[in-house]
Amino acid sequence: MRKSWQNKMKITAEQVFAGEEKVIARAISLIENERQQVFPLLKELYSRSELAYLLGVTGPPGSGKSTLVAKIVSGWVREGNKVAVIAIDPTSEFSGGALLGDRIRMDDISTNKDVFIRSMATRGYLGGLNPAIFDTVVVLSAAGYKKIVIETVGVGQNEIDIVSLADTTLVVTVPEAGDEVQAFKAGLMEAGDIFVLNKADHPEVNKMELVLKQMLRLGNTAGEQAENRWEVPIVKTIATTEKGIAELNKTIAEHQEFLTEKGENQKAPGKIISNHLIHLLEESLKRKYLDPLKESPAFAKLLQEIAAKKTDPYSAMEELMANFKERLG
Amino acid sequence: MTGKNIKVLIAKPGLDGHDRGAKVIARGLKEAGMEVVYTGLRQTPAQIVRAALQEDVDVIGLSILSGAHQELFPVIMDELEEAGLEDILVLAGGTIPDSDHQELKEIGIKEIFKPGTPIKEIVEFIEKELAE
Ligand SMILES: Nc1nc2c(ncn2[C@@H]2O[C@H](COP(=O)(O)OP(=O)(O)O)[C@@H](O)[C@H]2O)c(=O)[nH]1
Ligand SMILES: [Mg+2]
Repeated sequence: MRKSWQNKMKITAEQVFAGEEKVIARAISLIENERQQVFPLLKELYSRSELAYLLGVTGPPGSGKSTLVAKIVSGWVREGNKVAVIAIDPTSEFSGGALLGDRIRMDDISTNKDVFIRSMATRGYLGGLNPAIFDTVVVLSAAGYKKIVIETVGVGQNEIDIVSLADTTLVVTVPEAGDEVQAFKAGLMEAGDIFVLNKADHPEVNKMELVLKQMLRLGNTAGEQAENRWEVPIVKTIATTEKGIAELNKTIAEHQEFLTEKGENQKAPGKIISNHLIHLLEESLKRKYLDPLKESPAFAKLLQEIAAKKTDPYSAMEELMANFKERLG
Repeated sequence: MTGKNIKVLIAKPGLDGHDRGAKVIARGLKEAGMEVVYTGLRQTPAQIVRAALQEDVDVIGLSILSGAHQELFPVIMDELEEAGLEDILVLAGGTIPDSDHQELKEIGIKEIFKPGTPIKEIVEFIEKELAE
């Protein structure tokens, strides 16, 4: 039997452009597991295609993100778009495993020929977003998906990164969120382009809407002049029915239009690439230098010397850094 | 246990309405270090095959309680082959009488686990099969 990514199937850029699902799926597995092997392909895809429009969807677990994504995507497909969904769930720190359960809510779109859904685990990237996610966007864009949704949980560094990656970011919240609202204040409040107040069938919805409105008003007073600014709207939805979905899709389209009119200033594409380049460098420094270093006798020797108080971690670090500069040559 | 970099689809074909067993397996495999895609109740063969294709899984675990395995499993296996996915390791679990095991193995289902099988046994089976 196979492990899919160990299968040395050679994938060409032409195959990806042709858009066959099996090829796309295999390319993403290579991106996740055999990074260096796939860089030549990514180079070619990147230079020969344009990145798709990216919608980021974030918010606490259980707030209805996956259910909403299915509804948004249904609308887009009806308009004739090919759409891809990247659904990200956290990797367990203890086991390294992950439970990827977003498809449960995507039954309505899961057999649509114009929809490609891929579940991915975060795989514990300390510096933020797993670089494999951007690379997956490159592949899906090249394969002809003009709109891509990235669903991600919570309010950690990953999500802040998703925001810097996405053209439009939806922050999903629910009436019972309570404490989570505090968390929103810290990070995501400034980051959302559209707030979705889902589960509007909940009795507390009006109270929650007021709280959100107040918080947004505070955020909206700073910064750019009114005419250049996107006023962050709140859209109420019941994702389990169609309620509010048409309005949400309309609001998303308006934001996309707003970005187009504003040109490149808003999204700052330089920042996305800058982030990705840093992630790629971190990744390859770890692979080429830090991982082998950890296994080396020199490293073990230093640890012993630290234990024996012949040196200290700070001096050891300086020594290793000097050595590192040499290696980079 | 080291299920590192193994991706599994746990799917529930058939019309029965509860998935406790499937969830226990999904969680157990996750704790063994695998990445487990769980798709929920009442999946049609087409949904299962499409998910396996897009997710590029190494293993499919079919959980069934409804007794419709003889009807559904051959369809799933045929559609997998049609999609060029015949190299995926397919396992089954749930309420499947012993007398049906041979027939299911003949259509390509590698192993059938009875309810209550320790997760460790399933993990070891998967690891052994994928190492070959
Ligand atoms: N009452 C109600 N339930 C909802 C609504 N939207 C989603 N749900 C339910 O909330 C649960 C979590 O939904 P899910 O989409 O998986 O949330 P996620 O974890 O944010 O992706 C599911 O049981 C949904 O059926 C809604 O608007 N109202
Ligand atoms: Mg979800």
